[in-house]
Amino acid sequence: MDFLDEFPTMDRQELRELKKAIDLGFRNFSRAYGDALETFFEPLLYFMVWLEKLLIITPWPIIILIMAGLAWIGARSWPAVVGTVASFFVIGYFGMWEDTMATLAIISVATLVCIVTGIPLGIWMARSDRVQTLITPILDVMQTIPSFVYLIPVVMLLGIGKVPGLLAVCIYAVPPIVRLTNLGIRLVNKEVLEAADAFGANYRQKLFDVQVPLALPNIFAGVNQTIMMSLAMVVIASMIGVKGLGVPVLRAISNQYLALGLMNGLAIVALAIIFDRISQNFGKRLQRHREGGHDV
Amino acid sequence: MSEIKVKIKNLYKIFGANPTSMISHIRNGTSKQTLLDEHGHVLGLNDVSLDIPTGEIQVIMGLSGSGKSTLIRHFNRLIEPTTGEIIVDGRNVIEMGKNELRDFRRFRASMVFQKFALLPHRTVIENVAYGLVIQSSTKDEVHERSQKWINRVGLTGFESYYPAQLSGGMQQRVGLARALATDAEILLMDEAFSALDPLIREEMQDVLLGLQKELKKTIVFITHDLDEALRIGDRIAILRDGSIVQTGSPQDIILNPADDYVTDFTKNINRGRVLQVATIMDDETPETGLKIEGDMVIEDALQVLSKAEATTAIVTHNAKPVGSVDLNTIIAALTRPIDDRGHTGSYT
Repeated sequence: MDFLDEFPTMDRQELRELKKAIDLGFRNFSRAYGDALETFFEPLLYFMVWLEKLLIITPWPIIILIMAGLAWIGARSWPAVVGTVASFFVIGYFGMWEDTMATLAIISVATLVCIVTGIPLGIWMARSDRVQTLITPILDVMQTIPSFVYLIPVVMLLGIGKVPGLLAVCIYAVPPIVRLTNLGIRLVNKEVLEAADAFGANYRQKLFDVQVPLALPNIFAGVNQTIMMSLAMVVIASMIGVKGLGVPVLRAISNQYLALGLMNGLAIVALAIIFDRISQNFGKRLQRHREGGHDV
Repeated sequence: MSEIKVKIKNLYKIFGANPTSMISHIRNGTSKQTLLDEHGHVLGLNDVSLDIPTGEIQVIMGLSGSGKSTLIRHFNRLIEPTTGEIIVDGRNVIEMGKNELRDFRRFRASMVFQKFALLPHRTVIENVAYGLVIQSSTKDEVHERSQKWINRVGLTGFESYYPAQLSGGMQQRVGLARALATDAEILLMDEAFSALDPLIREEMQDVLLGLQKELKKTIVFITHDLDEALRIGDRIAILRDGSIVQTGSPQDIILNPADDYVTDFTKNINRGRVLQVATIMDDETPETGLKIEGDMVIEDALQVLSKAEATTAIVTHNAKPVGSVDLNTIIAALTRPIDDRGHTGSYT
């Protein structure tokens, strides 16, 4: 009854050889292409460094003013503006200004990268069912695989620093925008699309005049989710050398500093709430035209 | 008779995995139901042939499932036929390549939809301009022409409203203006007024008839409503299970229904408001007497006769006498043939 008691496993020696082979293979790959990849991502690194410096150099009253302006443009409500300004005052008063600016920088760049790559990918998925069946499981993996697992190859390839951190954030944060762009375009009213066809619209005209504008509320929900998820990755990204609010949190974990952890954690929460409200209300305002006295 | 604008020849549409192989079954007389039960294919259109003259309103009528919406989508190939020809001005639309078809849709045939299908994120004027922008007309031309059509359909002042802010009738005016703005000679209207309530529907029919008097477009109008068909159609084709069962003028359809299906349709029609005196008159022309125009509907003729206390009238066409009618003929025509109802009168 040995067969039933014990699961038939691969031979230990063979298993070790297999793992070794994979490790070696990847190590060779990263030795061969690591530098090239680093050069490829260099512009992104410069941009991130520049943005972070800019945010830190800019006098704090101006940053607060810009944030208040963003809150007004996005949400068009005084409570949102007051809440935003108050949060930033508290953050600054407790000495977390620089870390917050660093976090803002990486979040902005990550969101930008996600939008630039995610929306076209979503459009491509919406165009073809085969692409959709191919990409969906990849997105599932990206969202569910423990972050630490893909940190290993990322660090092996690019070492420790801002770019691998950004990559880690994007891997986690890009799926919602891809999914929601795809969904939004697939949900576009078939009759309106047929009308575009009947008037002789070509693919580009259909995409930019009909599909994308009508999918915009969904796409915006995706952007909102992407911002939220990249904020959630801040602590993990700080493990591989990204500056920001994650670093003190990490220090607080290893040293059991309750107050330090709590303050920086709450600062992340404050940023999350501010960006969530701004982007959500902006998304809602984009579909104002749907309101009206008649539902026909 | 004016020349033919659109000629449909032996059009078949079968939905399913392998439509072409099903054509022979249909030609051998397999019914729609058998095709579905035994071969798993749905018969959409069955050997449809139809000539549509330039400048007239051709109504295609049928109940839901008769294939009328499928048929109208073949005119601009929103649906590809299984086999058959659609010849517009001598050119077969089915043979057109991608670019030629696109230009055909942009410049020569425009469409109005049952559920309006307006762009919800664009204002009234932007919606009307849609076809023109796709044609890549110049900015001034786009603006001038869309404004002109907005005025023509009676939407002046609503240019910057969004569709959701308008009532159904007004939204369809936008749809109509959008279709007319491209200056296409062919107008395809797919149950364009069916989603509107009866009063608004009649109002829109008047708008369409008023415009048509002047524009003389070739209009293909789909409807399930015989009253609407009789009111606006110069010619009517009745579709059943994908086949045309009868074509003719409104008068023909009512006076000589081709089969029980058409008879059923015409049963509840107010004949007095559709039949014209010219279709029921005698050839004899009395020298003197009350004169009425030949295109007067018999309900009105009855009024005229009764007011004049006359029993007969001379029917004229362009002021020339062409025949005569008497009260009895009119009354007989006003009601359905009595044998339809299964009882006859007798003297006692």
